[in-house]
Amino acid sequence: MLVFLRKTPKIDFMRLHILGFVLSGLLTLSSIVLFLTVGLNYGIDFKGGILIEARATTGDANLSEMRAKLDTLHLGEVALQGFGAPNDVLIRLPQQEGGDQAQEKTVKSVRDALGTGIEFRRVEVVGPSVGEELIRGGVLATVLSLLAIAAYVWFRFDWQFGVGAMVSTLHDVITTVGLFALLHLEFNLTTLAAILTIAGYSINDTVVIYDRVRETLRKYKTLDFKSVVNLALNETLSRTILTVSTVALAVLSLLIFGGEVLHGFSIAMLWGIVIGTYSSLFIAAPMLNYIRPSRGGSAAEAETAVSEPAS
Amino acid sequence: MLYFQPWKIILIALTCLFGVVFSIPNLFSPETLGHLPGFLQKQVSLGLDLRGGSYLLYQVDTKATLKDRLNTVVETIRTSFRDNKISYAGGLNPAEDHISFALSDQAQLDQVKKLIKEADAELTLTTSDKGETTLRYSQKALDDRERQAVDQAIEIVRRRIDSTGVKEPTIQREGHNRILVQVPGIDDPERLKRVIGTTAKLTFRLVDQNVTAEDALHGHLPPGDEVLPLDPATRRKDEAPGLVVKRRIEVSGDTLIDAQPSFQDSQAVVSFTFDAIGAKRFGKTTEENVGKPFAIVLDNKIISAPNIREPIQGGRGIISGNFTVQSANDLALLLRAGALPAPLTILEERTVGPGLGADSIRKGTTACFVGVGLVAVFMILFYGLFGIFADVALLFNGAILVASLSVLGATLTLPGIAGIALTMGMAVDANVLIYERIREEIRAGRSVMSALEAGFKRAFGTILDSHVTTLVAGTLLYELGSGPVRGFAVTLSIGVLISLFSAILVTRLQIVVWLRRFKPKSIPL
Repeated sequence: MLVFLRKTPKIDFMRLHILGFVLSGLLTLSSIVLFLTVGLNYGIDFKGGILIEARATTGDANLSEMRAKLDTLHLGEVALQGFGAPNDVLIRLPQQEGGDQAQEKTVKSVRDALGTGIEFRRVEVVGPSVGEELIRGGVLATVLSLLAIAAYVWFRFDWQFGVGAMVSTLHDVITTVGLFALLHLEFNLTTLAAILTIAGYSINDTVVIYDRVRETLRKYKTLDFKSVVNLALNETLSRTILTVSTVALAVLSLLIFGGEVLHGFSIAMLWGIVIGTYSSLFIAAPMLNYIRPSRGGSAAEAETAVSEPAS
Repeated sequence: MLYFQPWKIILIALTCLFGVVFSIPNLFSPETLGHLPGFLQKQVSLGLDLRGGSYLLYQVDTKATLKDRLNTVVETIRTSFRDNKISYAGGLNPAEDHISFALSDQAQLDQVKKLIKEADAELTLTTSDKGETTLRYSQKALDDRERQAVDQAIEIVRRRIDSTGVKEPTIQREGHNRILVQVPGIDDPERLKRVIGTTAKLTFRLVDQNVTAEDALHGHLPPGDEVLPLDPATRRKDEAPGLVVKRRIEVSGDTLIDAQPSFQDSQAVVSFTFDAIGAKRFGKTTEENVGKPFAIVLDNKIISAPNIREPIQGGRGIISGNFTVQSANDLALLLRAGALPAPLTILEERTVGPGLGADSIRKGTTACFVGVGLVAVFMILFYGLFGIFADVALLFNGAILVASLSVLGATLTLPGIAGIALTMGMAVDANVLIYERIREEIRAGRSVMSALEAGFKRAFGTILDSHVTTLVAGTLLYELGSGPVRGFAVTLSIGVLISLFSAILVTRLQIVVWLRRFKPKSIPL
């Protein structure tokens, strides 16, 4: 049996925390810049339009031939890309003029143009009205999640913890969106679900650490604040690393075996758990140093006060 | 913590048993399933992205019905004004949602109000100071009609889908004017969309033989006439592309009581039967117009315009055109089910073919098993015996999760399978928390019993917090998501709840049993 970290480590997280803040600041800033300049590769869920996953019934898919056939239909910016196996193709068409009715007619004309050698495995059509609603719903879900989570942490801990939790989770969401902009990954409903899950995981992680910080504050009442945070982080480090590893294993198997449809989701989750762990250690915890919560605790909960932790 | 009351042990064992027993049906094929007793037959309900099928969100276009209604009432008002010698300016042509005209003699206003009420009681009349009178429908009237139209549309769509023989369709109302149709496992999604989406308004009208379509297009269209194209699907090569028909509807399709596909001269045709009222009108029109062409119009396209050879009093007739057996069948189906009260527009469609569906299931379950396997090995590597305890709890977690989904009839989607994999990864977190805490307590010098006791007790609060936050994310995703994303939210939330049970109680039970059996002197952590 391997034992991870036989002795409680003594990493001075607090000394590194300025570096952490700077790094996070840069990541957040560049994510926002990327979002505003390059922008996200919105899937049809949000942009509206037509998505067709097709497969050539014999041999490989001939992309240039298909592109030529589709060009004659003048459907606007047609995106054709390989999708996993060499005979699989993903066709994306922008929203067609003529509102919701035109989209259906377009699918039919595409089918006719490509002929019988191509089998349609999946067709998704999102009309303009629904596209807007989904964006609104998505943004609402994200904002509400963050608020609900902050409220819960405030309720369970003190307000200072709530602020730290909100900042670190917001950081995670922004940098994940930045990753999407950077890698030009498709941003659709499923990847939005990944972002919300990442928020949930990140807060999960942060709460575990906060719990320990709160306990340490009460246990070592006379220990200086920075040392308390350091101690809490070091004591939970083995749990943090082990848990992020188990979740990473699950996500990796999704990434490798889960197929193309879950691809964007898996990548987002992988990044998300890494950044979620990072933010709990280097943002959420150190932030407490700047907005210090009280050290009190009811006598029933406190341990016998100790001034120095055992080593 | 170390003492388990007997009833608790039984409860835990029963829950685990429930998990195993009710997840087993999912391993069997449908045939074998039939042999099992009733309560064991529930399998997980597969979403459309795993089963293959179509998800269609329709909007009922009530603007079109409003226009129709205005058009009809305008004719009544026109006649009524003429009979009562009311003169006006403005032509009485309806706009999108109102009719405006200028009354020549304001003194007639009261009489006009009375006539309007007679024409349609739901119309409201307002006058502007420029002497313009506007007729509108009250908001309440509009809302009522909209609700009626949507209800009727749902009924008709249901009838149509049932006629195609599809099993287990889901048809439900969404919002105040949308219909959601979910149909699993269909081979021909295009046909289904045609069957659902065709308005199927059938009208019989006389052709105006004095005007050709060409003249009409050059601007010589008499009032009371309109140009309609011939349906390209049923039109023969030698026929003109369009005809001028009278706007007036002689007989309408809602008086049909039956329509059947049939053959005439080895051509596929549709035979129809009118009810008494329709038959009488049909008889009268054919009697008065022998030798003239009679246009059969479906959704503003002329299917055929045969000449009336003799008066048809029996209320039966035949529609012939370039029909295939399938299209004749479909048209008869549509006529029997009835015309939709308003046109349906597809707002959102997601169709997954069965090939992709099966692939997705395979990939998803592989990922799940591999993930769980890796996590299990990991736990044993780092926690030895206690890792095995955690793995057993994890397996029961999975079983209970699958069993719950089966019994609840929840829908499993591809993101849902991802949710299961994720839940498994996160479930062991509770065990990690407990075990790390036990390790600390041992290092601090506690005895076996008190270390275990303290480990479980101290970790519980943290575990609860972390699970609640994941639940919050899950609930929000469920509320604001749809279809596949909902499936993810469901498995995530249920998984989190179950892991609270399994990671803590099932593990604890195993530890207690091990303690009693082996009475160890130290904890192998």
